This record gives sequence, structure tokens and C-alpha cells, in this order.
Amino acid sequence: MASARVSEIVMTDRHALEAGSQPPLLYPPYKSTVKRAPAQPLIIVPQRLAGLTTPVYGYLPIGDTDNDLTRQHTGEPQGERIIVAGRVLDEDGRPVPHTLVELWQCNAAGRYRHARDTHPAPIDPHFSGAGRTITDAEGRYRFVTIKPGAYPWGNHDNAWRPAHIHFSLFGRSLATRLVTQMYFPNDPLCAYDPMFRSVRDPRAQQRLVARFELSLTEPNWALGYGFDIVLRGRESTPFEGRV
Amino acid sequence: MNAPGQEQKHREPDPLIASASQTIGPFFHVGPGASDACGVVAAPGVPGERIRLRVQVFDGDGAPVTDALVELQQADASGRSWEPAGVDDPPVFSGFGRLATSEDGACCFETIRPGPSSPDEAAHITVCLFMRGLLRHLVTRIYFDGDPAIDRDAILALVPAGRRATLVARGSDDGATWDFIVRLQGERETVFFDV
Repeated sequence: MASARVSEIVMTDRHALEAGSQPPLLYPPYKSTVKRAPAQPLIIVPQRLAGLTTPVYGYLPIGDTDNDLTRQHTGEPQGERIIVAGRVLDEDGRPVPHTLVELWQCNAAGRYRHARDTHPAPIDPHFSGAGRTITDAEGRYRFVTIKPGAYPWGNHDNAWRPAHIHFSLFGRSLATRLVTQMYFPNDPLCAYDPMFRSVRDPRAQQRLVARFELSLTEPNWALGYGFDIVLRGRESTPFEGRV
Repeated sequence: MNAPGQEQKHREPDPLIASASQTIGPFFHVGPGASDACGVVAAPGVPGERIRLRVQVFDGDGAPVTDALVELQQADASGRSWEPAGVDDPPVFSGFGRLATSEDGACCFETIRPGPSSPDEAAHITVCLFMRGLLRHLVTRIYFDGDPAIDRDAILALVPAGRRATLVARGSDDGATWDFIVRLQGERETVFFDV
């Protein structure tokens, strides 16, 4: 019974790939894929070979200001303060509780605090651009940060990344490991962005775009954006209560 | 979400569309790549044979990949996987490691040799590989050269015989240091798994 369910997961994901709801490995409009995407097909691992499905979890202590990127320095960062909050769910819509959520981003001017970022925009001494938190029992998370800026990159002539926030999640198994990016609503740059466009299914594209939410917005303080993250798999029932 | 009492019990709802993977990009070092402490998978004192494991990554031109993030997951010496008791309990053995590659495309973990988790598998370490240019991360496995159980491993049996060697780490003469080379493309392209 359990193995029938998990083989369903494999099918679901493979079909998702074919339908364009996950990006391909080789996507020449994004130039760096050309020398880095494996040429050989991936070896499909049946889920009954359970060695690859053990729970994974990075141990990283969570600090008091880790979910508030505006309070990690002596002063406040420049830019538009925002709240980014949502739920981590599985494909059945069930919450994924107590799981690590990490994010990182550039500052309001479009500059990462990173030695290899050469974009001539100012570094903000009050913004590191990294946060982490753990989802609660209902799979909820919440960050306070500033809205990241767009920035140029060398992929093609006049290439600009849309404003985005990187997310990293573990979930319950190796199959649920996810690194993704959150985009902002009505950003005209998404239409030109090969990373965004590598996801061909419009519904899957919209999954990566945050919603403006008045209910998350705090009066006289910060706009709120809702961003739910759906991890692969429909396996929560057999594992309920094990987390 | 449906309000209480409105659930449709007679049929399974359509699954939600999963969040798409996106590349980790070149600047992850400000976030998940920030802590070198994650290079210690097993702290000193954890039972088992202590090893240094060097993972080195090359692209399709044979150039070292200087901006990869390498994550390891492994069982302990007796083949058990660690499960977290709570996020604030520092484990001595996490079974998890994470390092960014350097200018030579390599990173080096301190750990112990894992034990086999079941009789039909060889001891191994699972690897997730993230980098600029990978829209989805790659998953592979590290086996240990000379391990007689390699011949009966159920996952290796799925791999064409001519490619199995790409999954085997080579040990130094004293067995204390192991090297695992990842080739993203080319004649000896590493085997990657769809999990």
C-alpha cells in the first residue's frame, strides 16, 4: 500500500517535469546550463529502495533576529520594509511543520553582500541579506525584510534579474529538498528572465510569484506578501505524527 | 481551504502544483553557504573510522566549479540515520554536511565512514549538488573503493556497469582521506539520480 503511494509520487513528479512545471536541466537561454547540465539521463530510483528517503535535516541554530533581516545590525537597512509570510505544504495541501526555511537576497539597490558581486550599486552596511526560521505546527513561517532590487547580469545583452528572494527548504525526505526563488507580482522583468521562463507551465510560474496581502500588511509599518511553498510528494498520511 | 463541514469526502482533491526548483545562483554564500562549521559531519569522539572526504567538481570544459554548494547526508557507523530530537539540540553526529567549493572546485568534510543501512546495500553517502547553471539540484552517491558490498548494492545495480566507477571514492594509502570527483559532463560524467 505504502509503496503504491510512493510510486505515485515518482509518476507525479515525472509528469510534472514533462508538463513544464519543473525546469529542464539543459535550458540554453540560461547560458550557464550549457556546460553544467549533465548530458546523460538521470538514473531513476524506485522509492522502494528506501535508502534515499531517510529524513534529512541540517542542524543550524536559529537566532533571535534570524527571521528579521531589518534587525541584524545596529541600524536599519535602506529600502522598502516588507513582510514575507506563508505556509509550507505538501501536494495534498497538508502543512509541513517544524521544517527549516532559509532565505537570502540582495539589498534594496540590487547588490549582494558578496565579494563576487561587481554590480556598481551601494552596499548597505545594515543589511546582510540572509535569514532562517522553522515552520510552526501549521507549517507557517514569517520573515521581515526589505524589498530586493533588480540587478543586471551577464547572461545576454541588457539582461536584468527581476527582484527575487532565494528560498531553501528540506521537508521530510531527500525527495522534498527544494531551492527556489520568490518573485514579486506584476514585475515586467519576469517576462524576459530565462530562470523564470525555464518553468513553462503558467500555473507553476504563478506558484513562484508572491501575492500582495492586506491581511499580512501592518498599518503604518510594512506591506505584506504571501508566499506559500509546495514541496513535492503526497506522502504525509503514512508519516503523520513522526516528525 | 474548505471551511469545516464542507470537505468533499467522496473524492481526492487534485494535487497542488509543486513549487518549481530554481537555481541557487552564485551568491548563496551570504545565506546557506555561510557556515564552515557544516563541514564537520561527525564531531571528534563519534564512534567510527574517522575520514576526511574531499569532493571536487568539474564542468563540461573540465574547469573546476568554484561556486558549487555540496550537501552530504549519511548514516552513522552502525548504519543508522540521525533524526532530529529538536532544532535546539546540537547533535554530535548530524549525518548532514554542507560546504561551498573553493577556487580549485573542491571542499573537504570531516566525518566517519558510514555503515550499511541494510544487508542489500553498500555503505554510501548521499550528495546534493547546487550551483549557478543548475535549475534543479543534482543527487548522487559516494561509495567506497574496496567495499565488497558494492557488488550487491541495489541502487548501483540500476546503473550501467560501465558508469558505476563514477560513484566510487578513492582512498589514500592510509585510508584517512577519500577523494570523490564529480564530472558534470564528458566521457566519465558522474551518474546522477532522479529521486
